[in-house]
Parts: sequence; C-alpha cells; structure tokens
Amino acid sequence: MTARVQVPRAARRGQPVEIRIAIQHPMETGFRRDDAGREIPKNVINRFVCRYDGVEVFRAEMGSGVAANPYLDFYTLADVSGELVFDWVDDEGKTGSERVPLVVSG
Amino acid sequence: MTLTLRACALLAAGLCHPVGAAPPSDRPQPLKSGVEFTGPDVRALQQDDIANPGMLWVEHGAQLWREAAGAQGKSCESCHGDASASMRGVATRYPLLDPGSARLINLEGRIMQCRERRQRAEPLRYESDELLALTAFVATQSRGMPKDVKVDWQVRRNFEAGRALYYRRIGQMNLACVNCHQENWGKQLGPETISQGHGVAYPIYRLEWQTLGSLQRRFRSCLSGVRAEMLPYGSPEFLDLELYLAWRAQGMPVETPGVRR
Repeated sequence: MTARVQVPRAARRGQPVEIRIAIQHPMETGFRRDDAGREIPKNVINRFVCRYDGVEVFRAEMGSGVAANPYLDFYTLADVSGELVFDWVDDEGKTGSERVPLVVSG
Repeated sequence: MTLTLRACALLAAGLCHPVGAAPPSDRPQPLKSGVEFTGPDVRALQQDDIANPGMLWVEHGAQLWREAAGAQGKSCESCHGDASASMRGVATRYPLLDPGSARLINLEGRIMQCRERRQRAEPLRYESDELLALTAFVATQSRGMPKDVKVDWQVRRNFEAGRALYYRRIGQMNLACVNCHQENWGKQLGPETISQGHGVAYPIYRLEWQTLGSLQRRFRSCLSGVRAEMLPYGSPEFLDLELYLAWRAQGMPVETPGVRR
C-alpha cells in the first residue's frame, strides 16, 4: 500500500499543523460482483490512527461509503518535536504505516 | 502553359505539407485540455500533488523504478539512472516507430518490452497497477513539456489508418470520434461537457473508474459508449489512433497524472 503524507517541515509551538495523507487502496464496498457474477468481498481500511509523539491525535473508522484511495486532511497542535506515526488496517488484515518527523520550535 | 503552372503549384503545395499531415481544419481551434471541460473541484484535485490520487501510482512507479526484477537482477535505474534526467521529455515523443519490429509502439509497450527483453522479468499485464505506475512515473517526468510526436513517411500508413478510424462511423450508435470530439466539443452530452479528446494527461485517474487507467482503456470506454465491437489492449488500431490523437494534441503540455470525472 503506497501512501503519501504531507506535514510542514517545521512548526511553532501552539500553532495548528495541517496533516494530509493519501493512501492507495481499492476500498472495495462488498456490493459489487466480478465478471463471473461472484460477489467481491468487502475490503476497506476500517481503522486509521495517527499518533503524535506516542499520543493518539486522530482516528478514523471508515466504511464502504468512502471512495477508493482515501485522502484525509486534519489538524493537530504543535507541542514538542517528535514523530507522527500513521497506522492503518483493512478488512483483509493488511496493515500499512508511515512515519514523519515534526520539528517544533519556540 | 497554364496546366504546367497548376501542376507546379500542386507540387509545391504537396512539398510544403509534411508527409501524412492533415489539413489544419482537422484540429480543434483553440486546443483545449480535457481538464478545462471539468468542474473546479476536479481541476483542483489534479493540481494538488497530495490530493491527486494519480500521484500514488507515480510514487509506486518511483519505487518500481529502483527495484531489481528478473533473471538479470537489474532495475530500470541500473540502465537508465536518474529518471528525472533520462526520462525527461520521453513521453512527449510516444507513440513512435519501434526500430526493432518496424511497428508503432506506445510508452506502455516500450516499458513492457524493456522488462521482458532487458530485465528478463515476467511480463506486465495491460492495466496492471505495476504497468500503470511505471507509465505514470515515466510520463510525469515530461510534465509541462509540449507533445512532440514525429509524423514522417515511416509512420504515414499508421497515421492515415488512425485518422481513418477517427472519421469512421462505428457501432450501433453509428458515431465516429470526429462527431463528438471535433464537431461538438464544448456541448453537453447528458451531464458531461464533451472534450476535444486529447490524450496528454494519460494515464489518468478517472473518478468513475476509482483507479488509474490508460488511454486505451479510455478508447474502450468510448467503443462501449457507441456500442461498437471491442478491440483488445495493444491492438494495432489503437496504436494508430494513439498516433493520430498525439498529432492532434501536438504542442499541448503533458499533464500526467490527470484527473477526470
């Protein structure tokens, strides 16, 4: 699973930080059938968590209503220099992860 | 005397036109990218490199570029080095004549050929994520550069065949490409605005497909739309049409990875 993350390189303490992430995933709804008429089992990223310096700051529980290749855009407050860790898991049990450092000044 | 003059004039006119080139009325004026016929939301999605879902394939392609594959244990990078230098402008010149087979080849075809012959790796399927990723990655290196295909005597037959297909009415709807994309671009077809049908943003992320797709997949959508007989991926007819479309889009900047509805 390819993912692309965008986080500001540096931030000031107390300032909001915009975090953007796009994840390559088919987000199969479970309502579709293949060319032979067989049901395609539902497979979506059902859980996405973002931790900042070990503390959970954002969580998403997605379902079959979310389009393929989900794109998330959220904010957190810059506090200390640390790592942003993104973890997600889909219905097949496949996991994905990304890590991005955030440098906080002031 | 008069006759000779006329013959001379005709000859001169013939010499002035590059071989295989069609009269100027063949191309829409002004040339407009397909993205101009979409809404502001789709335009914003294409312009934003994080939100543009096509960039996920480009990123995947960059990984595949560095990954060794096949019996030779070689990656694309082993021979071609840094893609931002070696692949710059490459996509603007496709499709072109493959000197080995003397046949037309497109960017996907070249990547598949390189993989089989040079890397000796298992072939990539048309429309597989891997082939789309590599094609998108290579084409993105030409982003902003003008389309510049060579239409000379060597590809004249292909060009003429592509143009003939463009003008031929096909399918139960009895429509040719020209009926929509030349004669009626900018008008409404159901909820959609008909584009001029240029292929400079491919592979594109179509929201309808929920994935990246090649120009030939788009051709197949159109064939299905006019209820025509389906052609397989990589068929010579599609390659001829790709060349004709590339000539129509000559000078337009490459937009890969494009986003469309």
